Amino acid sequence: MEFDRDLNLEATELRLGLPGTVTEQSEKQKPNSNATKSNKRSLPDMNGESEVRRENSSASSNDKKSHGQETAPPIKTQVVGWPPIRSYRKNSLQAKKLEAEAAGLFVKVSMDGAPYLRKIDLKVYKGYPELLEVLEEMFKFKVGEYSEREGYNGSEHVPTYEDKDGDWMLVGDVPWEMFINSCKRLRIMKESEARGLGCAV
Amino acid sequence: MITNKKPRSSDTDSNYMRDDRTEMSEDDDRSPPSDSIANGSCPTRTCTPGSGSGSGSGSSSIPEYSAPYPDRVLENVLENVLWFLTSRKDRNAASLVCRSWYRVEAMTRSDLFIGNCYAVSPERATSRFTRVRSVTLKGKPRFADFNLMPPNWGAHFAPWVSATAKAYPWLEKIHLKRMSVTDDDLALLAESFSGFKELVLVCCDGFGTSGLAAVASKCRQLKVLDLIESEVSDDEVDWIMCFPDTETCLESLIFDCVECLVDFDALERLVVRSPSLKKLRLNRFVSIGQLYRLMVRAPQLTHLGTGSFSPSEDVAQGELELDYVSAFAACKSLVCLSGFREIVPDCLPAIYPICANLTSLNFSYANISAEQLKPIISNCHKLQTFWVLDSICDEGLQAVATTCKELRELRVFPFDPREDIEGPVSEVGLQAISEGCRKLQSILYFCQRMTNAAVIAMSKNCPDLVVFRLCIMGRQRPDHVTGEPMDEGFGAIVMNCKKLTRLAVSGLLTDTAFAYIGKYGKIVRTLSVAFAGDSDMGLKYVLEGCPRLQKLEIRDSPFGDTALLSGLHHYYNMRFLWMSACRLSHQGCQQIAQALPHLVVEVIKHEDTVHTDDYADTLYMYRSLAGRRHDVPKFVSIL
Repeated sequence: MEFDRDLNLEATELRLGLPGTVTEQSEKQKPNSNATKSNKRSLPDMNGESEVRRENSSASSNDKKSHGQETAPPIKTQVVGWPPIRSYRKNSLQAKKLEAEAAGLFVKVSMDGAPYLRKIDLKVYKGYPELLEVLEEMFKFKVGEYSEREGYNGSEHVPTYEDKDGDWMLVGDVPWEMFINSCKRLRIMKESEARGLGCAV
Repeated sequence: MITNKKPRSSDTDSNYMRDDRTEMSEDDDRSPPSDSIANGSCPTRTCTPGSGSGSGSGSSSIPEYSAPYPDRVLENVLENVLWFLTSRKDRNAASLVCRSWYRVEAMTRSDLFIGNCYAVSPERATSRFTRVRSVTLKGKPRFADFNLMPPNWGAHFAPWVSATAKAYPWLEKIHLKRMSVTDDDLALLAESFSGFKELVLVCCDGFGTSGLAAVASKCRQLKVLDLIESEVSDDEVDWIMCFPDTETCLESLIFDCVECLVDFDALERLVVRSPSLKKLRLNRFVSIGQLYRLMVRAPQLTHLGTGSFSPSEDVAQGELELDYVSAFAACKSLVCLSGFREIVPDCLPAIYPICANLTSLNFSYANISAEQLKPIISNCHKLQTFWVLDSICDEGLQAVATTCKELRELRVFPFDPREDIEGPVSEVGLQAISEGCRKLQSILYFCQRMTNAAVIAMSKNCPDLVVFRLCIMGRQRPDHVTGEPMDEGFGAIVMNCKKLTRLAVSGLLTDTAFAYIGKYGKIVRTLSVAFAGDSDMGLKYVLEGCPRLQKLEIRDSPFGDTALLSGLHHYYNMRFLWMSACRLSHQGCQQIAQALPHLVVEVIKHEDTVHTDDYADTLYMYRSLAGRRHDVPKFVSIL
């Protein structure tokens, strides 16, 4: 069946709660939870959430059919044929989305003095703090406080990147979106070499 | 002097009815009121002596004056007159007048429309209508498009192609929708109809490029080969190369759904030797550079599907330098544009020259933003049909509303059809459209959130609405501002839109919504329901309140046997009823089957549900003269 190829987004979704907890949003949106619908042929749930939800929603007149099915209308579990988009269209657009998502934005990261380079996917990070944290972890160094005027103060290493024009820039100067679209590679410079980059405005 | 005698009651069904011979997608048949079939009494007056129609009418006395026209002359006159009757509604009415008219109508009907291929057997149809030149067949119900029907359910073209091959060797046109067509069927078609002109396959499957090759090579008079949203398997036969080397009669070649490479040089040569070509829709394997070459060869095109609309990987630079603007400008007759399967937005400005002429634009595979849309749409003053992805956001829809005052049909598809995401379009876009596009007749709108207020506004601003299909993708979502069900919105639609014949509902809906539909939806013919309603009353309201209801498709709603039984008076007037994942028991379905012998009641099992004996997975039932079909797969039981 077509839907088997659809991503089981639920299984790969990042959440803060423990598996099995129902999010607030789903509670709010179901004022009439008594009006239960049988959601037949839902995808097999990989982390067992459907089981928990069934226990949580007691008002179910579909108990006979509850095995393997949702009783409280679930937000996350996908249902066959819903939304009603023809497979051809779904597959065409799915392919595009996957391409866009899978492509990622892999850039090489080098650190002065390190014997080999690393590669990271910039698309995975939501912003500079996260990126810097990862780099620090990866290369075992610490960046100082970033400020627009002075760059990274008080650290032995400074994160820089080469942009589309071939210029070496300080990480953090431009908005994140612009950064990930223009960054071609990263280089963690020694502070002594970086002098001069941070002051230029 | 005409006997008002009923012909054999069973043949008068609106199985054969269709208003417009070109319109495939709209459901527009109308059944005669049910009592006309049951009612046998009629005043009797003899027809002309010697005609068979007088038999049984009671009066056999010779009238005082002899009938001025012998039977044969009357029939000739009738024949000449009836040839002009094209609307199938009218033809059906004519066939009910008396035996003579029935006979002549049957002889003069040239367009045979079968709304449900299982409603009548091919033999019966071909023996009644002897001079048909065009056949239209519809097979699977629409929900099959969404994987709600297991594969191999049926709707095979094979018995039809063999029956028509024998009965109508002069056949010119075949239009199929949701049928299973095999390569053998296409080969037989190509062999049997020497004057074959037009093949249109919509949402069909089961065949491949070898079947297309047979049609291309043997149908020398072929004018139209349209493959629309069909699944075509790649048999590694280059069917484009199979067209004869001589000049062709091709007027329309639509293959945008074909997911296999075609030899481009062969395609270009084909276009060159098809001077009558007006409609060409390329598949996504045709790059923009190749499109350019075809356009300069065929500036007479009126309908163009642009293929990928992006450069091919190897010759990218060269392709980007071509003068697309001139190529488009040269196509002065272009009114309908589609394709853009893998659009590179930088290429969009190429179409600026023709925007002002466009009446139809399909961007539904183009992931473009509002900013990218605006320069295009601001020139599309004549646009009547617009299909687009929700990537244009509410802002893009506002731009459409500002310019496209002639818009009749709008479809907004989701780029990301998940249920629980933000969603780029909302009630804001719908409201804007309703205010800007007052002539709107048909809308299909996918969104994540909606309000009653916007739907009510549309019901008031767009009184010409015939088709209203709103899909709030999150199941049972209420009005996101008030938290209330969407009852009032849909209620306003049925109340205010007096021309509404097709409705699809979504969001949180109680029985109240259905009460509105039953009360005001007097001319609704097609209704689509999913995850809606509270109780049997919902379905009852509809079955009791909507006399024109023809097609009813329901999924995952709490309607049970009581509701089903409340429609007994109406099911013979419908083309079909579909109910999946509802609360129907086998006994309930059995009751219907017993009460209505001319209804075929199919209960379809789905493999991946756990089978409790109590509920039927899917009920699909339809009136039929043919009785239970002979090609029933294992997972279907006919009650």
